[in-house]
Parts: sequence; structure tokens; C-alpha cells
Amino acid sequence: MSAALRVLAAVAVALAPTLCFADALTEQTEKEPVNYLAIGMFVLFVILTLGITKWASKRTTSTAQFYAAGGGITGFQNGLAIAGDYMSAASFLGISGLVYKSGYDGLIYSVGFLVGWPIVTFLIAEPLRNLGRFTFADVASFRFQQAPIRILAACGTLVTVAFYLIAQMIGAGQLIKLIFGLDYAIAVATVGVLMILYVSFGGMVATTWVQIIKACLLLAGASFMAFAVLQHFGFSTEAMFKEAVFNHPSGVKIMAPGNLISDPISAISLGLGLMFGTAGLPHILMRFFTVADAKAARKSVFYATGFIGYFYILTFIIGFGAITLVATDGEFLDPALLAAGKNVIEATKGGTNMTAIDLAKAVGGDVFFGFISAVAFATILAVVSGLTLAGASAISHDLYATVFKKGAALERDEIMVSKIATVVLGAIAIGLGIVAEKLNVAFAVGLAFAVAASCNFPVLVTSIFWRNMTTRGAVIGGFLGLLVAVGGVVFSPGIWVDVFGYPKGSAPFPYANPALFSMTIAFLGIWIGSKLDRSKRAAIDRAGFEAQFVRSQTGVGAESAVCH
Amino acid sequence: MSNQQLERITHNPKYRRLVRSRTLIGGILSAITLAIYLGFIGLIAYNPKFLGTPIDGEVTTIGIPIGILVIVSAFLLTGVYVFIANTTYDRLIREIKADAQ
Repeated sequence: MSAALRVLAAVAVALAPTLCFADALTEQTEKEPVNYLAIGMFVLFVILTLGITKWASKRTTSTAQFYAAGGGITGFQNGLAIAGDYMSAASFLGISGLVYKSGYDGLIYSVGFLVGWPIVTFLIAEPLRNLGRFTFADVASFRFQQAPIRILAACGTLVTVAFYLIAQMIGAGQLIKLIFGLDYAIAVATVGVLMILYVSFGGMVATTWVQIIKACLLLAGASFMAFAVLQHFGFSTEAMFKEAVFNHPSGVKIMAPGNLISDPISAISLGLGLMFGTAGLPHILMRFFTVADAKAARKSVFYATGFIGYFYILTFIIGFGAITLVATDGEFLDPALLAAGKNVIEATKGGTNMTAIDLAKAVGGDVFFGFISAVAFATILAVVSGLTLAGASAISHDLYATVFKKGAALERDEIMVSKIATVVLGAIAIGLGIVAEKLNVAFAVGLAFAVAASCNFPVLVTSIFWRNMTTRGAVIGGFLGLLVAVGGVVFSPGIWVDVFGYPKGSAPFPYANPALFSMTIAFLGIWIGSKLDRSKRAAIDRAGFEAQFVRSQTGVGAESAVCH
Repeated sequence: MSNQQLERITHNPKYRRLVRSRTLIGGILSAITLAIYLGFIGLIAYNPKFLGTPIDGEVTTIGIPIGILVIVSAFLLTGVYVFIANTTYDRLIREIKADAQ
């Protein structure tokens, strides 16, 4: 295995420099010149992380190591890794870009992405660690009939992962094309191949360290940028806002909520989706099994909340600073677009997603620009690795080992299935990423959060706290939540009008986000389905609550950490 | 966990204290988080003009500190829970486990 890894690693490293030459072969006018400095720094990151993967591959011989890093991660390390998993390129580039484009509206998203974390701390983290081993389905199915709940949880996981993954892949391809001057398909394939290498050879051990390194790099880079912005304005945020209002075409409007949220129902629905979606993301929930006990799980969310909150405040400063430092600098503006009558924000080269990258160049020159470019690439890589591991675990642990083999799978076979699932998921992600290049995937992350909030979260939280829940109730409520969430997104204006091209106003579901409705339906489905359940199984389900609750509260009988 | 052990834990007053306190604190803190956040979303949805009110003739609007405070409050509330759990619950759990042996 390690020989195969060495070959693959050598190929990947050897491939990276030659990728630069691909640029000369394509003739796209919009592509940036090849950025050797950024590629060099990224190659360093790849060499380092592949080295870690090689080291980790010797340890990932047991399922406990492969899925949960043997429970040997400390609370602080896991806090960083959770932050690394959560601070995606979408939040770094997307939110700073949104602030750059419309000011205050960006803060609404930052707040929404953060407020799920206290809920995770108060309700989920400790019971999750006390009850489960590898996946959140371990917890959701604890006292229930295994097969139906595992299938439900695997569906919830795979739908969430698929949409999140595709959004990240397409974002990655477009970003890398812009920053590194590489061909789109090569960029997507590079991300996919590296992600497969990390996850299949290094499992959770390698994935965790990739997250930690990336989180440190991203926090350091963003801190420097925010510091440089504040320094430019003499450490006065008032001066920063004043200049931004002066330079932004929308003027003083950027200091208040604007057009992002059209109606109150959509606002509340989006808010609930972001908040409870966080508490149902499978790749995040999985991270709680990597620490020794409930105490460490609790600490890790505290650290993670701190890092993530700090990071979102930085993105806000970065976005506002860029309005002055990027939009007034001709170097970052496209003269053709300006001549066509576009304003300075619209005419920013590469679109508003490039804001943070452009600002890096404005405040730190070419070297820092290269560094931030490499960090953005590393960020995408880390997030897709975490997602793929969660998807592969749902297939191997929940479907193969528990449903198909009825819990009697050989450890070696289970890991092998997981590795095969990783390769398949990676290949699908590369394929769909290339096919869907031109698709507007803004809805995909919203859909991932909506499904997590409407299927995974209700089933998980009710199973932990409600004595009278039954297998039947979980299946009815979980699948209803999943279907309504997916349906609500497909029939919403975001897809119906913008992607399918039906006329404006014809969308069957009028709101931008379904979470308010799909979550309510999921909880109602669980409640009614359980209340009306008089089956033999229902009696077993209810009788199992007491022992489960004691274990969730005290950790007596919980899976202990495997020592390294 | 044997049935005997389970019985011993559920009848332990310390266990009841742990569950009562954790349910209460977790519930209150969740409610506060939800109230702060829904209050913020409510302002955006129903009264965006208020968030756009300038502070004392400056360009900075009242929405900026409010938004930042929502972020900081999430971190602080998490800290409150972790502090209570570290100082109270862990000790109770240790004692409950010892009593159950």
C-alpha cells in the first residue's frame, strides 16, 4: 500500500509543476497569467500534507483509526480541525466578496453561519460523543431498528455531502483557473485526486491534520490582511466605513441590510436553515468522535466557535477594506467593463469572489498574494476531504457494515469498502464538477444546509432527548424532511427561475429557503409517526431510552479512546 | 452497563441533579441563543431601517455593533456552558460513576 502511495504521491507532485504549461496550450483570454509563486507555495503544502498522509497510512489499519483517528485528537486540535472543516473557501471568498459587493448583507450570512455552534455545544456535542463511535447514525440509531435508520441517515448524509461537494468542486475549478492560470478541468481533477489520496490512504488521521494546517494558515493569512486594512485606516473602523461609503457605488446603503433578503418568511427560513443545518452537517458531527471523551468534545466546540467567530469578523473587515483598497486601484479593474458602463465593483477582474485574493495583493504584494492563493486552494482541498470522508463512512459503516453485513463485517473489508467508496465519490465529484462548470451553483450550499437541518438534525436531536420516539416515527419524519427540503429548493425561484429558466414569478415554492417548512414537517412527522406507533418494535424503542439517556449524560459505557 | 448499574445510577440523587441542571442550563442557553438570533433576523426582516441608523452622526450604523455582538454572544454563551460543565458536571459525573461501581 505504501509503495502505491509513494507512486501516487510522486505522480501528484510531478504533475503539479507541469500543470503550469497547460496554460500555454489553451487560448482563453480571461485567464490570468500563470502564477508560479502561488503554485510553488501550493506544491509545498501538497508535499507536506502528502507526507502526513504517508505517515498516517501506517496507522489507519483499524476502523477506529480510519474513521475517528483512534480518538487521539485533543480538544484544542479538534477545535482547530472543526474550524478548518467549516471555514470553506465559500465563506472566506464568498462572504468577503459579498461584503465587498453589498456591505452589511455579508454580515447576515456570517452571523447565520456562526449561531449554530452554541446549539451544537448545548444539545449535541456531548451526547454525540457518549453514544457514538464513527458516524452520527451510530447515535440516531442507538435504540432503534438498525437498517431503516441507517438507510435514512446515509441518505441524509449523501445528499448533504453531494451538494456541498459539487458546490466546492465547481468553486475550486473556477477559482484555480483565475488564481493559478490553470485549465478548469485540470484544476478540478487535481483537487479530486489529492482528496482521494488524503482520505483513502490517511483516513481521519490525515484529514484531521490537513484541516489543522489549513485552519492555521487561513487564520494567519486573514489576520494579517485584516490587520493591514485596519493599519491603513489608522485603526479606526469609522474611517474604514467612511471611505468605503465614499468609494462604493451604492454609497451609504452598504451600511444597512439591503436586497439580499426579500421577504420576512425567506429571512427566517434561511436563518433557521443556517443555524440548525450546522448542527446536522455529517462531516462536522463526525469530528466529535476523534476526541477522547465528552469533556474534550465540549471543549473542542468552544475553541471552534471562537476561531470561526473571529474568522467571520476578519472577513467583514477584509470585505470593507477591499472596497477602498481594491475598487479604487486600476490594477484590479477591467477597463473593458468600465468602458461598458459597469461600476467599479462590477468591473473588478474575476468577479467579486476574487476580493480577498485581490486585497492580498494590494496589502502584501506578490509574495503574500501567492500565499493567500495557495491557502485558498488548500482550504478547498481540506473541506472536500472532510466531506468525502463523511460520505465514504456513511457508505462503508452505515450501509455496508451495518445494513448489508448486519454488523458482522470484517474490519479489513469495511476499511476496503470505505476506500473504494472514497475513490468512487471522488471520481463522481470530478465528473460532475467538469460537466457542471457553467451551472450556477449558488443554491447548492443552501440545499446542503437545508437537508442537514431538516433530516439529520431533527432525527438526531429527537432520538437523544425524546423517550417516546420510535423507529417508524424517525423514518417518517426524516424522509419527509429530506423530501420537502429537496423539493422546496428545486421549486424555489433560485432553481426554478435561475437554473431551469422558467419565467420569473412562476416558481411553485415562493420562498428562497425551505428550512422553516421542511424542519417543521420533519419534527411533526417524527412526533405523529411515533405517537401513533403501536407496533412491537415501538415498545422496544421506548424501553431503550432510559439506558441510552444515562449513557448520553454520564458517558458510562461509552466507547473509550484507543491509544496510539 | 448492567441493569443493576443502570438502576443504581438512575436512583442516585446526584444523577438527578446532573440531568435537571443540564436540561435547565442547556434549555435556557439554547433559548437565549435562539432569541438573540431570531431578534436579529426579525430586525433585518421587519425593520432594516433601524439597523441602518447612524451612530452619533458617524458613518458607522447601529447594525454593525449589533451584528458583531451577536457573533460575540454566541462565543460567550458557549463559554458559559463549557465553564459550568467543566466546574460542576464533570465532578458530578465522576462521583456518579464512582457510586455506580
